[in-house]
Amino acid sequence: MNATIASITARGLLGRRRFLALLLLPVALVGLTILAAATSAPAADWAPTVLEGLGFNVVVPLVALIIGTGVLGAELDDGTLAHILAKPVPRWQIIATKLVVAVVATVAAVVPAMFVAGTLAGGARVGVGLAVGSALAATAYSALFVAMSLVTSRPVLVGLAYVLLWEGMLGSVISGTQVLSVGQYGIAVADAVADTGLLTGKVGVPLALILAAVFTAGGTVLAIDRLKSYKLAGETG
Amino acid sequence: MTSVEINGVSAWYGDVVAVNDVTMTLAPGVTGLLGPNGAGKTTLLHMVAGFLPPSRGEIRVSGQPAWRNPDLYRHLGLVTEREAVHGFLTGAEFVLASAKLHGLAQPRRAAAHALDLVELGDPRDRKLSTYSKGMRQRARLAAALVHEPSVLLLDEPFNGLDPRQRMQMMDLLHRMGDAGRVVLFSSHILEEVEQVSGTVQVMVAGRLAASGDFRSIRRLMTNRPHVFNVRTSDDRRLAAVLIGAPWVRGVEVDAAGLQVRAADYGAFTRALPAIIRREGLRLHRLRPSDESLESVFSYLVGAA
Repeated sequence: MNATIASITARGLLGRRRFLALLLLPVALVGLTILAAATSAPAADWAPTVLEGLGFNVVVPLVALIIGTGVLGAELDDGTLAHILAKPVPRWQIIATKLVVAVVATVAAVVPAMFVAGTLAGGARVGVGLAVGSALAATAYSALFVAMSLVTSRPVLVGLAYVLLWEGMLGSVISGTQVLSVGQYGIAVADAVADTGLLTGKVGVPLALILAAVFTAGGTVLAIDRLKSYKLAGETG
Repeated sequence: MTSVEINGVSAWYGDVVAVNDVTMTLAPGVTGLLGPNGAGKTTLLHMVAGFLPPSRGEIRVSGQPAWRNPDLYRHLGLVTEREAVHGFLTGAEFVLASAKLHGLAQPRRAAAHALDLVELGDPRDRKLSTYSKGMRQRARLAAALVHEPSVLLLDEPFNGLDPRQRMQMMDLLHRMGDAGRVVLFSSHILEEVEQVSGTVQVMVAGRLAASGDFRSIRRLMTNRPHVFNVRTSDDRRLAAVLIGAPWVRGVEVDAAGLQVRAADYGAFTRALPAIIRREGLRLHRLRPSDESLESVFSYLVGAA
């Protein structure tokens, strides 16, 4: 961790309107849960759609995507990253710091909302399950999206494609893709902790934990290596 | 001793050769890297700064390789051409962050010293997003030299500066050069050479085209042949007088006025006003007709 980089990253992130607009997603999740809970319908009818369909499949990945691509991508886009890179700071330290800021910000934005939604749907234990599961997913997603901002020049687009097409559409049709879906690891762990019928984990918990760790470590290592070879483009040649 | 060694370095992007077999050694002092836009100056600077790998050849900064070697930045400072800064930081915070990232023992003192050096006064407590171009340039320079690097690279540092700021910047660079640092700056404006004392390296189309003392380059610049387009109240009379001058190679009268081929840029521009006055003519137009940077640089290259 590097305190100077952490503070610059956090200030850059919090100062952007995009970040504040993001908070609407968790707020919408809680709002929708309150509305659903107020009806006479049993939780089993709406909870899977709200908690999995909206919470794990939309809110957690989108918030992680905007923050994860923002901690590094914004500085890459406008060229300010050069100020950070032209310093004798080990590259792993820069990535580790950016990743910690991304994870903390994502967790702060989604975990309280997931806890509240889970608690309203099925009690405190379900709330805790969702909190743990979404924190795990937030961590793996963050590593994935930080790496993505160094691998492609359009990280938000590629990230959206992964979340919506791979995890969203293919995941519900082809079961094989679920094994490579970060969202499913979160659901599996949340299901195991909550021990509830409201969630349906499709991946075994040990496998989910191992693959989440692989995603996190792999993304981090890839990002560090790409940053070491970062090339600064000139404007005039 | 501090030095930058560039040995047979080429860089290409796909089919485009940006830098073509450049070899030079930079010693302490100020060196100007001159050339028209697209000559490969930025590419060369970025390679020396460790932000691009040479496609071929080798770059060593004080004996160390530049590529994939962040430790290099302990002794090297870079001011890029791209002006982006973290706009939400104040100038003082920006330079202090730089000092901290360098792990300096007394970051606050170093930052204050660097800001004094570039003469950024009260605005240092304002956000960078409110800065003028010149102020931002100085803040970036302060951030690049806060750790007193032995090698300082600046890409087009005079861009957007007014003449006074330009003088100050040049003066600062010279002081750093005199203090034993290697200072390399790039520029596409030939006239900036006039204020450089030191060495000049001229790049054209990726190649190192000329190198040497600034005086010889300056002499070449003022002595270069040149075509001027002149219009006066009596073009034929002026033509008759000019053809007798030793520094005129030819005069042509056409519908657009006079085309004067001067053998010596400096002599012609100095003598013309006196001739006009003496002959009682009125000057309507005086326009250099081939002042493209490429033509001037290619002349320098041919003459050097």
